[in-house]
Amino acid sequence: MKLSLGKYLLPTYVALTFAFLAIPIIYTFVFSFNDSIKSNIIWRGFTLDNWLDVCNQQEVCDAFGNSVIVAVSATVVATILGTMIAIALVRYRFRFRSATNLLLFLPLATPEVVMGAGLAAQFLDFGWQKGLPTVIIAHTMFTLSFVVVTVKARVATLDPALEEAGRDLYANAAQVFWRITFPLLLPGILAAAMLAFALSFDDFIITQFNSGAVDTFPKFVYTAAARGIPAEANVIGSFVFLVAIAIVLVVQIRSSRKQKKLITK
Amino acid sequence: MAFVALGPQAPVASQKPTKTGRVALYLLLPGLFYLGLFFLTPLFSLILTSLKAPSATGVIGRYDVALEIGNYGYALGQYAPQIFRSFSFALIATVIALAISYPIAYFIGVTARNRPLLKGMLLTLVIAPFFISMLLRTFAWKQIFSNDSWLLNTLKDIGLMGADSYIIGTDFAVIFGLVYNFIPFMTLPIYASLDRLDLRLVEAGHDLYANSFTTFRKITFPLSMPGVISGTLLTFIPISGDYVVASRDFLGSTDTAMIGNVVEANFLRIQDYPTASALSVLLMAAIVILVSAYVRRSGTEDLL
Repeated sequence: MKLSLGKYLLPTYVALTFAFLAIPIIYTFVFSFNDSIKSNIIWRGFTLDNWLDVCNQQEVCDAFGNSVIVAVSATVVATILGTMIAIALVRYRFRFRSATNLLLFLPLATPEVVMGAGLAAQFLDFGWQKGLPTVIIAHTMFTLSFVVVTVKARVATLDPALEEAGRDLYANAAQVFWRITFPLLLPGILAAAMLAFALSFDDFIITQFNSGAVDTFPKFVYTAAARGIPAEANVIGSFVFLVAIAIVLVVQIRSSRKQKKLITK
Repeated sequence: MAFVALGPQAPVASQKPTKTGRVALYLLLPGLFYLGLFFLTPLFSLILTSLKAPSATGVIGRYDVALEIGNYGYALGQYAPQIFRSFSFALIATVIALAISYPIAYFIGVTARNRPLLKGMLLTLVIAPFFISMLLRTFAWKQIFSNDSWLLNTLKDIGLMGADSYIIGTDFAVIFGLVYNFIPFMTLPIYASLDRLDLRLVEAGHDLYANSFTTFRKITFPLSMPGVISGTLLTFIPISGDYVVASRDFLGSTDTAMIGNVVEANFLRIQDYPTASALSVLLMAAIVILVSAYVRRSGTEDLL
């Protein structure tokens, strides 16, 4: 009796916790179908209007567009810079190694409000006008270290013998990189890019300090919270959620098939 | 750190960096220069701003370079309750999040170890909250806990809550929201540690007549410490600077304001940049002390 209780205790706990984690997600999704008037607090009946006409609330759509522009730009720059650093960290010996590690680690350990206020203070000192470019600069900065961490893990699993083989076959440095190293690193680089995109897209605190009058999606939600968030915001949130989950599920199923093959072998 | 755990764990070919030369410089320089310009020097701007004095012209929002150390005394004196609240909320929420997350991480990393599909699905469920805006999730809790919500009406009807009692705006609501938001940040690094745990060590413990509790205390938990440390940092640090959950438009009230709320109000609303900067510097100093205690234990190489 005691054994069977112990056997079911953990799975039950895990199931309950996951249900708990899902509550606000389901709530947001359900209320994206609410036939709301201005605010979206009381359930007034089912409608598809919010989904079919998201840009009815022009501000929500503009904010969403800005978020996409920022996330794409920051992701591209951070992924390139971060991948270069990751390769150097794993493959090269150089002086100031621990200083470099520290500089890369610090942004991960700094509260967002400190990074946001610091950058805003610097833009103030420089006399730079806040807007989309300053948000992109800020997002590139705070996602860079996450890219380094993710790509570094992938570089570390790369067998240097493969590159040596390429050189033995008279490939020059560029050929070795683009034909061997880069394709092997690509899954790690893509994972890093997805992570950077997700972090940038959902960032609020650093954005609020450096965006001036420009709205991103999270900033729109924060400002709207005082008077009630329109159902269109729930639509965008739910839409992004469904797309992201679909991508992750495909990746997970593919990798679990691979692992299963390894186990059964 | 946390997010590395998401990919399938590939065996790491142990390799020491061997190459030397200029290429390393070209690879490192652009990124490090970027961090220098937009991460490091802003910290100095923050310190500089924290010492500024109001402009002689008297224009609001204008400050002159000065050495006004009194700004720190003012910030500490004026906002002591918020500073204290930030760190106590962060501590309480971190401990609760650890207690909730550890069993989940254990289940995914140990119990479900040989069932890749189940494991993948569970990991997806852990990170699922990341895919929907943190602000929307927090706002959903606000609506669920709001005074006329179905939940509160039910609790009041069955007598579990007094007719005049409320949840939004209390310490409980803020800590609840913080715990909820940071459970994934705690779960992932612990999972990553437990996933690498060699189960033969646990078996060896049982062979030596240790019961389940003793093997957990002496073997499993110590070996998962890197994950626990990483998870507590990833939870404690962001919470100590968070101001969304504690904002009165979300789960908090003026009685629950944290450092972040004060920095936001001073910097972005009343343009008291020196006070906001002084508070940020104090927060950063506290975090640096905390983190360097960790770094001394594990070295810089393991941090990333």
